[in-house]
Amino acid sequence: MSSGVDLEHVTIRFGDFTAVDDANLAIRKGEFFSFLGPSGCGKTTILRAVSGFNEPTEGTIRINGSDMRGIGPNKRPTALIFQNLALFPLMSVADNIAFGLEVEGIKYVERRRRAEELLDLIALSGQGDKMVSELSGGQKQRVAIARALAVEPEVLLLDEPLSALDLKLRQHMRSELRNIQQRVGITFIYITHDQGEALTMSDRIAVMSAGVIEQVGDGSTIYNEPETAFVASFVGENNPFYGKVVKVDGDYAQIQNKFGLLRGRNTQGLNEGDAAILFVRPEALSLVEGDVPAENVVESTILSEEFEGPSIHIHMEGETEKRISFAVSNEGKGTHLKVGDTAKICFEVDRAIVLPEGDLADE
Amino acid sequence: MSDFLSVFLAVVLALLVAPMLQKNTYTVWANLRQVTFVKKNGVLVSTYLIGAVFIWVVLMIIAPQLYMVDFSFRDGAIGGDPDAYTLKNYSYLIFGRDSDENLFNLLHLQIFLKTILASVGVTLLAFLLCYPIAYYLAQSTKGGTTRLFLIALILPFWVNEILRAFAFRILFGSSGVINVSLMGMGILDEPIDFIKADIAMYAGLSYAYILLMVFPIYNAIESLDHNQIEAARDLGSPWWRIHYRVVIPYAKPGIASGCTMVFMLSAGALAVPQILGGPSSLWFTQIIYDWFFTGGDWSRGSAYAFVLLFSCIIFVLAVMKFFKVNLGELAK
Amino acid sequence: MTSDLIQKYMVRFYIAMFFLYLFGPLILMGVTAFNSPTFPTAIPIDELTLKWFSVLANDKDMIQGIKNSLWIGLGVVCLAVPIGLAAALLMSQVHKKAQSIYYMIVVSPLLTPGVILGISTLVFWDRLGVWVDADYNSVFYSGIFLSVIGQSTFISAYCMLIFLSRLQRFDRTQEEAALDLGATNVQVFWKILIPFLRPAIGSAAFLAFLTSFENYNTTLFTIQAESTLTTVLAGKVRLGTNPSLSALAVVIVGITLVGAVTHEIYRRREMRREALAAEAAKRAAHTADKGMAPV
Repeated sequence: MSSGVDLEHVTIRFGDFTAVDDANLAIRKGEFFSFLGPSGCGKTTILRAVSGFNEPTEGTIRINGSDMRGIGPNKRPTALIFQNLALFPLMSVADNIAFGLEVEGIKYVERRRRAEELLDLIALSGQGDKMVSELSGGQKQRVAIARALAVEPEVLLLDEPLSALDLKLRQHMRSELRNIQQRVGITFIYITHDQGEALTMSDRIAVMSAGVIEQVGDGSTIYNEPETAFVASFVGENNPFYGKVVKVDGDYAQIQNKFGLLRGRNTQGLNEGDAAILFVRPEALSLVEGDVPAENVVESTILSEEFEGPSIHIHMEGETEKRISFAVSNEGKGTHLKVGDTAKICFEVDRAIVLPEGDLADE
Repeated sequence: MSDFLSVFLAVVLALLVAPMLQKNTYTVWANLRQVTFVKKNGVLVSTYLIGAVFIWVVLMIIAPQLYMVDFSFRDGAIGGDPDAYTLKNYSYLIFGRDSDENLFNLLHLQIFLKTILASVGVTLLAFLLCYPIAYYLAQSTKGGTTRLFLIALILPFWVNEILRAFAFRILFGSSGVINVSLMGMGILDEPIDFIKADIAMYAGLSYAYILLMVFPIYNAIESLDHNQIEAARDLGSPWWRIHYRVVIPYAKPGIASGCTMVFMLSAGALAVPQILGGPSSLWFTQIIYDWFFTGGDWSRGSAYAFVLLFSCIIFVLAVMKFFKVNLGELAK
Repeated sequence: MTSDLIQKYMVRFYIAMFFLYLFGPLILMGVTAFNSPTFPTAIPIDELTLKWFSVLANDKDMIQGIKNSLWIGLGVVCLAVPIGLAAALLMSQVHKKAQSIYYMIVVSPLLTPGVILGISTLVFWDRLGVWVDADYNSVFYSGIFLSVIGQSTFISAYCMLIFLSRLQRFDRTQEEAALDLGATNVQVFWKILIPFLRPAIGSAAFLAFLTSFENYNTTLFTIQAESTLTTVLAGKVRLGTNPSLSALAVVIVGITLVGAVTHEIYRRREMRREALAAEAAKRAAHTADKGMAPV
């Protein structure tokens, strides 16, 4: 029997709308696990189902192996950090943190002691008597975390808790969250649409789209070995080349494309004749200077250049409205290329991946 | 024994008791816990919510009203048959006693019409008085001043309705301030009987409900962006057109709400007509009062009351239609 | 050229007249309280006196009426506030389709003339009394009880509107957060919802009491053999009586002024407190977040 959180064939419908479609997952104990996806993809619905605010229409959610069906949010070993934090504005910071203990009937002195401990943990020592309205955004964030930790949950659920903060604070809170998680050692399930957050903090990530879990894996797997066109296009920048598989040899596949024959790794076992998309990351593309390589050369018109200091972003005309983007490093002289010029770019076979055709993520 | 009442109570009882009479009471209660509403609120809070609202809606709002209507169709006079339905209470309002000379009950019909028309008049008067003030407070004054004005507006209404009417009696009485001053200045030789002429009453009625007219309109106009008025002025619109085209359409829900309340309260007023009304002119509510406490015919009183209620409903519906507002906007 | 100026003065004049209309009669009435003639007279001032206040204090009917009014007011607060609260809480939970009809029913007492509420309460409870064969001393015929019921019919709706407007500002996720932290539904109700609604409960109770204390139209029908301040007053005024009534008005206005001033001071203090908290949060943001507190 596994511990942690298990989703077994979880489907959640609201009327005719299927918010989550047959999700299967095993989240390990002590893991920092993220659900990543655009808004409306069903990730919050999963979170609310785990915390007990709605029940799966079909399937089972297990926490530490036991079926959670029919168990209310107040009886589950989970604690949820809300997107708007939902701190209690009429209570002091310490009372907020100790609320879970208060409803358990723990004596004032004891719960006050626990609150002080947690205030130490979140670096707000001695500020327990302040009102919530006197705290800054980042401090409120930490109080919300402490309040959830006070009930000693086995699973901490976080619903985009950083989305209300400004950029700098958000980056700081990332490392802080990760830090707290490693110290308390419990399972964190984190919901976000921000891939930066997911990639930097998580042990593993589930990428979701339209109610379906597209792929589960650690950050580098998700980035380097996407399994679907959605994941490839959603996580990080990627340049798609549409085509039909014309040749499969070993671990590689070759597609016929407007720009010619392009070859990349065939991780999904595509066969000849399958519709496919070949993805190349911008950092894998480079300008052809000097000898033209034997394969994987794309020739197109330069549409724009963006000077960004250390690098220069170049956009070239693609086969669809989406442009081919890549960057060249700034070597002090700028580029010799001008908008409107035709240029050749190339990439290594091992840095391209051929995936079955599917919907891409919206920009 | 009224069969209406027994049927009504039987239905209520049946609804309450039916679940408990089923074979296994325990499972009923267990199932009850599965109802989403109960699950969401908990058994205790659910019971309170349902119980309190049930008492209010059923026992205080619906049943008494329905019973009053039922009662108005009965013969409540001494010696009458209280179980049979009859239209005689209503026909009395229209035709009076059979033995009367006139075909119609002119006295009561006249009073009814006067009450309704005068209430409409009072409503219009109150609107004309209050709109400029509401507009001024909402658009032309700043925070502190506005609050001061608002407090000044509310203050008189902490004084009892009856004492306010009493104040008007002092003002308009034959030895009241107005008469004494006018005579003192030699304008009048004899005091004018403002009370007999009902002037005191109309002034008192408009006065009594000013607050209920000012506040809805004030609240509505307050949320109007002043820039809209500036823009209209900038486009060369004269002041009356600004009100007619910009402010009043915007304040419509507030105006509708104020008018409804003032009409309803005027038509249903009792204290002001009793205190400021002339001895020979009655208000419709006074006839109702007489049926109850001097005429001793509650059924007839109920019938008259229902006629009044019905008129108010008609007025509310008319206002809703005319101003194109819904009930939610009226009762705020 | 001066049309703007003329308009400005016209507006000023109108406002002055309006407030004269508002306060003039009351001020004159106040004057009569201190003037000696037995018939309430404002001018000419005969002799300044306080005797009408002592007449007022010795008026047994009035004192009895005030006592009854206080009890009825208390009863209305105890009945109308919980009902209004329940009705407001239920509003968001009523099925969408039934919501408008529910709303229509619960605000209908506000659009119903008070006399009709009084009459319907009277005839309904009278019939109930006959039906259960109640004793004439029982609640079914008690003026105090019926007045509480009759007044609560519409005062509950006022209370409900107060609660609804407060609830609109309630963040529902707070309830979920409390549940998630292990609170039971009852605990959520008492520890989260009620504290949030406390100011509204206060103002609802205050308004309920005041409305009850002032009510005449409904009470006149339900009070029967008993009396309240308003029915005693109306009886006296109709007979055209002495300036002790003016004295009562003076007392009421005095209490009101004190109340209004206290409320204003309280409100100002509250505002200052909020401003301070906001200031503190700003400062915290500066020091803590900028310096990135170590973890």
